[in-house]
Amino acid sequence: MKALLLLTASVLSAAPPIVIQNATVLTVTKGSFKGSVVVQDGKIKEAGEKVMIPPGAQIIDASGQFIMPGIIDAHSHIAADSINESSVSVSSMVGIEDVLDPEAISIYRALAGGVTTVNVLHGSANAIGGKCVVIKTRWGKDREGILFEGAKPGIKFALGENPKRQGMSASTRTPGGPQYLRYPGTRMGVEDVIRQAFNDAKIYQAEWKTYNGRKARGETVIPPKRDLKLDALVEILEGKRLVHAHCYRADEILMLLRVADEFGFKIKTLQHVLEGYKVAKEIKEHGAGASTFSDWWAYKVEAFDAIPYNAAIMVKKGILVSLNSDSGELMRRLNTEAGKTMKYGGLTETEALSLITINPARQLDIDERVGSIEPGKDADLVIYDKHPLSSFAKVQKVLIDGSVYFDRDRDITERQQRELRKKQLLEKEKQSQPQQKKNAAPTRRLQ
Amino acid sequence: MLRHLCVLVCLAALTLIPGKAETPAVIAIRNARIVTVSGPVIAQGTVVVRNGLIEAVGETITPPADAWIIDGAGLTVYPGLIDSLSTLGLSDAAPMGAPSPSGRRGGGPPSSSSSSGPATPPARGPEDRPLNTSYLLAADQLAANDRRIEAARNAGFTSAVTFPNRNIFSGQGAVINLAGERPGNMVVHSPAGMFLTLRTAGFTAGYPGSLLGVIAYIRQIYLDAALYKEAKQIYAAHPVGNRRPDYDKHLEGVLAAPRILLPASSPKDIERMLRFGQELKQETILYGLHEGYRATPLLKQYNGKALVDLRWPEKSRDADPEQTDSLRTLELRDKAPSTAAELHKAGVPFAFYAGALAQPTDVSRAVKKAIDAGLAPGDAIRALTLSPAEIFGVADRLGSIEKGKIANLIVTTGDLFQDRTRIKYVLVDGVKYEPAPPQPAPPSEATR
Repeated sequence: MKALLLLTASVLSAAPPIVIQNATVLTVTKGSFKGSVVVQDGKIKEAGEKVMIPPGAQIIDASGQFIMPGIIDAHSHIAADSINESSVSVSSMVGIEDVLDPEAISIYRALAGGVTTVNVLHGSANAIGGKCVVIKTRWGKDREGILFEGAKPGIKFALGENPKRQGMSASTRTPGGPQYLRYPGTRMGVEDVIRQAFNDAKIYQAEWKTYNGRKARGETVIPPKRDLKLDALVEILEGKRLVHAHCYRADEILMLLRVADEFGFKIKTLQHVLEGYKVAKEIKEHGAGASTFSDWWAYKVEAFDAIPYNAAIMVKKGILVSLNSDSGELMRRLNTEAGKTMKYGGLTETEALSLITINPARQLDIDERVGSIEPGKDADLVIYDKHPLSSFAKVQKVLIDGSVYFDRDRDITERQQRELRKKQLLEKEKQSQPQQKKNAAPTRRLQ
Repeated sequence: MLRHLCVLVCLAALTLIPGKAETPAVIAIRNARIVTVSGPVIAQGTVVVRNGLIEAVGETITPPADAWIIDGAGLTVYPGLIDSLSTLGLSDAAPMGAPSPSGRRGGGPPSSSSSSGPATPPARGPEDRPLNTSYLLAADQLAANDRRIEAARNAGFTSAVTFPNRNIFSGQGAVINLAGERPGNMVVHSPAGMFLTLRTAGFTAGYPGSLLGVIAYIRQIYLDAALYKEAKQIYAAHPVGNRRPDYDKHLEGVLAAPRILLPASSPKDIERMLRFGQELKQETILYGLHEGYRATPLLKQYNGKALVDLRWPEKSRDADPEQTDSLRTLELRDKAPSTAAELHKAGVPFAFYAGALAQPTDVSRAVKKAIDAGLAPGDAIRALTLSPAEIFGVADRLGSIEKGKIANLIVTTGDLFQDRTRIKYVLVDGVKYEPAPPQPAPPSEATR
């Protein structure tokens, strides 16, 4: 594995520097200007109106085009073979990292929409869900190669309808009948499940502390059980794991913030948080970020009070806000989702772009590495033919760590090659079929 | 004439009074081509079998005076074939198919228990030990009268590694010989390894309900097993003042397994399962491997071992003719049989298994596909004889024609895996069987 990493590193350093010229550069954190971006060793070396062109640099002419930092989606479920461990109310023992699919086509589609970093979350069927993982959309790389190396691990929480659905008597799918309904069935129950879980985690933490103490004194003791479920919760208590909590209503948001304060841990982001505008002050006080939709509402009972001004209001109240997709489809046009906040709430261009770049980077604690065009940051760049906040903009090229991972022209050429290859294979199969039919074992459905 | 008489007498002995005691204890096959697998091919030589073991093999062996002679002129002797992953002898098990793509529901044969009845509440976590029958031993579950055994033997299989396969922790396999009056006669080696599947309890049907949960569950079980082992040791040494650890048959089974078998077909699954096996500190054998041709460096890197399913992927017979499959699927169907050749080239130990092939005789056709895709015929034979014996640690007993090994042999009219070759005799533990002549064509579909 180490060898693999070294290999990628050496490949990167061997690649020639890239200079993207004559573009409108939207740095997000350092203003916008007409100029160039210099990429070397996978990092942004320089960005400005006038830059030093390193010798041997590959020049990409982006006249009339726009460069922005790679888009970051703080809430997605792509690239995984399994999303929800819905059988239990606390599923913190499971982790998306175990089931990543580096060959999922959704990665390429996200990439083609300018997304370079993705927070892949567990589903929302449990009050405390599974562990999450941050990836880069390095299409073509293996599992190791798509992981966002060094990103802090996260975990999903969920409040409201989803985690209580299986506890409601209307559920007919419970095996063994209604006596086996999964607790909880109400919002009160969701709170109780979280409290109970953290109580257990604290006891577990203490048990291990006692054991380690006795063992250090040289006593012969049988160690306590390692519990993967509680391990993850202890990590939350110790601030080693970021909590991303799915929520809708103001009351449940306040509930979670109070429970977190009581147990002494932080909610890193509130996800969806459609009623966040009602409790912006309290969210700000806790220090939680908010990752919301642009303008979806009324798709379920708890989304009736959603307003398209939510993001803008929370921004103006000083909350760290991002827009997310929660969908492999919407993910490909997060740029226009950001644009909507200019119409609803009057955010500036830069504020709008922040919602899908630097803000989600801060929410995932990876803003040292990504989220804006600044020297020293990862060269994760998107080149659009029009201003990215325009619905006419199309992604032309996407760079991750200074390598071109998506190129619109290349994609169009490869489409034809793939079509041809497919035809050949179909033809080959057709030719081998008559013989196959004769030889193949007879198929009898009933035997 | 003498030869024919001999055969007739043998046959009579077999058919009238079946069983080892009544068969000639010493058989010599002479003037035959002998494919020893472990050494060079003997163009013309003799194999002597005594009391179920190979007594001698070579070019210049003189058949002992007490031997029943089989004239092998024009015939070829091979070691008996080994099906490296099967459910032969286990009437309760489902046929051994390829692992279904991970993440989809299933990942294994359907459970016998989850289907009906309000009897048991859904599992609420790893502590309920769902889908765990790690303590089942194939050797204890064997039924000598499984009718599939004879069919497999007629196709040249003399041994199989057979596993319970209903659960996540399905149970422990056994290397068995495919003949015997009682199950106890058949077992060559037990336990041969823990068979793991990635099947789930199903959405809302209890833990684990997803691939995520299955992996976390297996991980927790191995943590529990390690603690269980340590706790038992500590308690045995210090019973006073320590609380006794609870007995747990689910963990006993896990600890008793010498190795684990995990399903994987695509490169992502192969990587996932190899890494998982390493994390669990278990010797890992992967089964399935249809897309293994793309993952040989990975298998090499992890010192992986592979059991390749001979039921190559085919276009579904019920497929919508208007719909074409994805390029990826087409590539897979085209290239899957090249997996064996690629594994061989990379030096990855591998064996074939008959999988869910409808008839054991389809094996020959499936192996031929692998040969057409670049595998040398000799290596194909090895993948059905010595390689599985090595993978399961029984190469000192099975898998090749060598002095002292178990007398599992097949005698054919020509090269194996050729259309016109017939299997004339099959010897299991030195007992000679004669496959029935090819059956008349089955009645046409229309009459069924």
